[in-house]
Amino acid sequence: MKPGIAGTLESNDAIFTVRPASTRHVVIHSVVDAFYHDQIAQVIETTLDELAITGLDVLCEDKGALDYTLRARLIAAIQRMEA
Amino acid sequence: MARSYLFIPGNHPAMIQNADVFGADALIFDLEDAVAAHEKDAARLLLAGFLAKARPQGVRVYVRINGLDTPLACKDLEAVVGDAVDGIVLPKAGMSELMELSTILHNLEAQKGLAKKIAILPIVETAKSLVEVEEIAKLSRLDGILLGAEDLSADMEFERTKAGTEIEYPRARIAFACKAARIEAIDTPFTDTNDPDGLREDCLHSQSLGMNAKAAIHPNQIETIHAVFSPSPKRIEWALRIRAAARKAGEQNLGVFSLDGKMVDKPIIDRAEKILRAAERFGLLPEERA
Repeated sequence: MKPGIAGTLESNDAIFTVRPASTRHVVIHSVVDAFYHDQIAQVIETTLDELAITGLDVLCEDKGALDYTLRARLIAAIQRMEA
Repeated sequence: MARSYLFIPGNHPAMIQNADVFGADALIFDLEDAVAAHEKDAARLLLAGFLAKARPQGVRVYVRINGLDTPLACKDLEAVVGDAVDGIVLPKAGMSELMELSTILHNLEAQKGLAKKIAILPIVETAKSLVEVEEIAKLSRLDGILLGAEDLSADMEFERTKAGTEIEYPRARIAFACKAARIEAIDTPFTDTNDPDGLREDCLHSQSLGMNAKAAIHPNQIETIHAVFSPSPKRIEWALRIRAAARKAGEQNLGVFSLDGKMVDKPIIDRAEKILRAAERFGLLPEERA
């Protein structure tokens, strides 16, 4: 299965790269990491919970995206991986 | 009632989250031409998430979906139809496409348990839809009709010019159809975003043909559009004087009266009330009289 990628590196956006894995592994690089790392991680974990995904490698490169943008980009990346 | 309809690219988070700061009366989030073919899925998810969590307040919110002749349209509608959306903008809309969209919306409203009825803004941008425009304007759900001059010029094989003489006929025909049906006549965008004088001329020209609003493709066009499509302070003052004189005449059981030496009757009073409704809607009434 090929990796799924969605989003951009423009301001207020994020790029997600996801790959199949046996467990969840999330890496976050964010321009607002010092203030919002935990909130970004929470959005990712909640979205994966909603999708009942237990195993996935997630790389999030964030440029200050709001929660709904993070969620939308993550779901798009997963759908593209599964397509 | 709106003067400006601002297109916002549907896959651009920064533009989407700031859409309500530009001062447009209505926003059109675009899933069609502003989104690359390979990004349609991501744009749909982004826009649905935004509408669910952060719908702008105080403005009409529309979504331009992809054409009904594509497999994308139904996915777009499934994703965005909901309480946060006031209407759907349909590209290349003819009678048959509008009937189909109305049925889809009816079913989605029932499925999603919506209390509201989603409006439709058709874009008339083919010769076929222009010759159907009087019938189109009579359909229920319509807030207005938007002229799409770029696609229309391609269909008609004429060159677009800044003077816009080639679109006088479509502008006038759409304006008459809309006014007869009491819906908004919305003019095509002015595509040069660095020519405010040209934009102003274009607005004045379309207004003279009966258009009462204009689509915008850049926030820097809003101020000029509002300046042209708002009633001027002079017109508002005139309308307020007509209203006051009409009330006084009414108390004296006079149907016709004179103001400043000119006869005033019902059509003039109606015109004045129309100006005052627009002024009130756009917050332009002098404070003590609002």
